[in-house]
Amino acid sequence: MAYSDKVLDHYENPRNVGSLDKNDPNVGTGMVGAPACGDVMKLMIKVNDAGIIEDAKFKTYGCGSAIASSSLVTEWLKGKTVDEAYAIKNSAIAEELALPPVKIHCSVLAEDAIKAAVADIKAKKLAKVAA
Amino acid sequence: MSLNYFELFGLNPAFNIDLTALENNYRKIQSTSHPDRFVTALPAEKLQSMQIATTANEAYQTLKTPALRASYLLSLQGISATAETNTNMPANFLMQQLEWRENLEDAKAEKNMGMLESLLAEMQVEAKNLQADLVDLFDTKKDSAMAMEATRKLIFIDKVYADINKAIEQIEN
Repeated sequence: MAYSDKVLDHYENPRNVGSLDKNDPNVGTGMVGAPACGDVMKLMIKVNDAGIIEDAKFKTYGCGSAIASSSLVTEWLKGKTVDEAYAIKNSAIAEELALPPVKIHCSVLAEDAIKAAVADIKAKKLAKVAA
Repeated sequence: MSLNYFELFGLNPAFNIDLTALENNYRKIQSTSHPDRFVTALPAEKLQSMQIATTANEAYQTLKTPALRASYLLSLQGISATAETNTNMPANFLMQQLEWRENLEDAKAEKNMGMLESLLAEMQVEAKNLQADLVDLFDTKKDSAMAMEATRKLIFIDKVYADINKAIEQIEN
């Protein structure tokens, strides 16, 4: 199956691969996995006090579409508020990358990783307020 | 009404099955439905025997493979272990997956056969432990939710296992 040019571009030159400091109170982590293909995705976001995402990094083991989906969302996330990030839909990712129907689940994985990372940072910040 | 895969081989639906009985019953069905026995049969009979042979083959492969057997048991309860909309896995398991994947990448890059083999052995232990859990969860506790989680983990482990084997083969060739 042929990958689209955009998938290939992200696959060959993935943006923002790596990790952020997980002990930083401003960093949220989202981890998700899809057993069907054995994909694992870790997404980390750094959020400032205004609720804006300043940095995003990812680490994904999986097919080209899964890597491209996570690479793309790290680009999209920077500068967005956490609520805007939470609203990102997998269909937008799939459309941007022209994913074929059998690879739509890779975009689902990326959407769920964002949601998990946002939930994590919100919980972290709430805990800080409560402390 | 069509039989489920367990019924087809005269087995009770469970995770812990008699693999010898499975094998024997599979061979019996294969020999009675073998195309050679239907050379002079009517087209309808030929077709039917072919369908039986195909189903038996699929059923055998499914029940023989632990992760597939577990997924099939769940599907009999209307549960999909590999639903694409379910990406939720325990975080510590996913962290471990990432670690194994990183170790595999490193071992591949270094062509480190010893490291690959120890990873492979580690996966075998993990798979064995999960299979023991699955016997308990499916057959004793009848806890579908936990059985699904363990099944999903086993599918992940099998995938890593296959990828390690692939890396070993690549180095050997």
